Amino acid sequence: MTRNDVTAVLVDELGRIAPEIDAIGLNPDADLREEFDIDSMDFLNLVTALSQRLQIDIPEIDYPNLATFGHAVKYLTQKLGTAG
Amino acid sequence: MAEFLMPSLGADMEAGTLVEWLKQPGDRVKRGDVVAVVETQKGAIEVDIFEDGIIERWLVEPGTTVPVGTPLALIGSGEPAAAIPASIPRVPVSASASEVPPAPGPQPWVPLPIEPKPRSHRPRASPAARRWAAERGIALDALTGSGPRGAIVLDDVERAVASLAPLPTAAKRLDFGEMRRAIAAAMSRSKREIPHYYLSTTVDLTRALAWLETVNATRPPAQRLLLAALLLRAVAGALGKAPEFNGYYTAEGFQPTAGIHIGAAIAIRGGGLIAPAIHDVNRLSLDEVMARLRDLVARARSGALRSSELSDPTITVTNLGERGVEAVFGIIYPPQVALVGFGAPVERPWAASGQVALRRVLTATLAADHRASDGHRGALFLADIDRRLQNPEAL
Repeated sequence: MTRNDVTAVLVDELGRIAPEIDAIGLNPDADLREEFDIDSMDFLNLVTALSQRLQIDIPEIDYPNLATFGHAVKYLTQKLGTAG
Repeated sequence: MAEFLMPSLGADMEAGTLVEWLKQPGDRVKRGDVVAVVETQKGAIEVDIFEDGIIERWLVEPGTTVPVGTPLALIGSGEPAAAIPASIPRVPVSASASEVPPAPGPQPWVPLPIEPKPRSHRPRASPAARRWAAERGIALDALTGSGPRGAIVLDDVERAVASLAPLPTAAKRLDFGEMRRAIAAAMSRSKREIPHYYLSTTVDLTRALAWLETVNATRPPAQRLLLAALLLRAVAGALGKAPEFNGYYTAEGFQPTAGIHIGAAIAIRGGGLIAPAIHDVNRLSLDEVMARLRDLVARARSGALRSSELSDPTITVTNLGERGVEAVFGIIYPPQVALVGFGAPVERPWAASGQVALRRVLTATLAADHRASDGHRGALFLADIDRRLQNPEAL
């Protein structure tokens, strides 16, 4: 799975949580929780969905790596690299 | 034999229209099963039943509008038929019928509707159709319903999905202006009628958060707990010893209730909020509370709440700390008599055992109705919540 695939999955899952926000035009350095108005339940649902779709473990201790869109893509790509 | 009634979902609701039956006569039903869909001014609501039994027969056909409290169906016990009494006692089928005397006067008032578009502008549709339409971004207004009285059913949405490829519009389904008016009416009434008092305390959450992190480290995301679940359990436990904060204030004065049904304030994307109930939180495990909360948040945001969840919270808990504020002083939802608010956990220098250390603390507040309790009892209640949070394993 390429970096572009990971980006697509993340955009898709963010879109489920916040359908009114255009994830594609998002500033990659913006805080995800603030940009998408995500609360802890939304965030847990996001992590659950990403973990299931990408077949990776995302421990709580790694949550800071998902703080921005850019960081999240990087983290998830790395996770997939080491997992595969 | 009992009757299944048109529920009241608010003091302003006089009638509702039966949209469809989801069970047939002869079907066995369990407490909590969704039996019918009713269209009200608050939207299409799934009506669940509070008794085990067998649907004996329907008394109302789909498409009929009937006043609140009208029997919609007869529910049998499933025992071999005794003769049906000529006059059937009107026993309200209510969440806590077995534990509590029926509340006199109007049913608990529900100020915050979901999908509160005016009926004239809002197409009749089954919740399943509504959900599917929302997921696929189909505007219900554009569809022609083939169900009872033109109600839009799943098939209609499927056909539309097949012919369209629209953008998601889930957030547009809610009429935020209408929801804002409902909130305004409820909160104005509360401020007018309820003599609030407010208490605040700081809770050391270090142990609870450390416990939570340890537990979650061993679990996949789908099984992880949120702090909110611990807070709900702590409140439910403390309410067991503080009944004057759990119930309704009616014309007859304060009526405590045996069931602890906590309304969890849930923000709706784009504005507005709703506080549907998690039932019997005192009888659920922490994992069960978490599962219910997860389900409730998802359904609150997709507009698929059930009648019982909207009509009977006995207290409200708000967790505005989610949005970073340190303290929230709530306004009570009438006819409830208390609201517990939790702020964000923050790291602070904290003196304990003669030493200052960094601890993670949270501000817990209580807004309570002085007609039902006083500050002394409120202080004990908050202190009990604090004590329970120091022992997270027991939650």
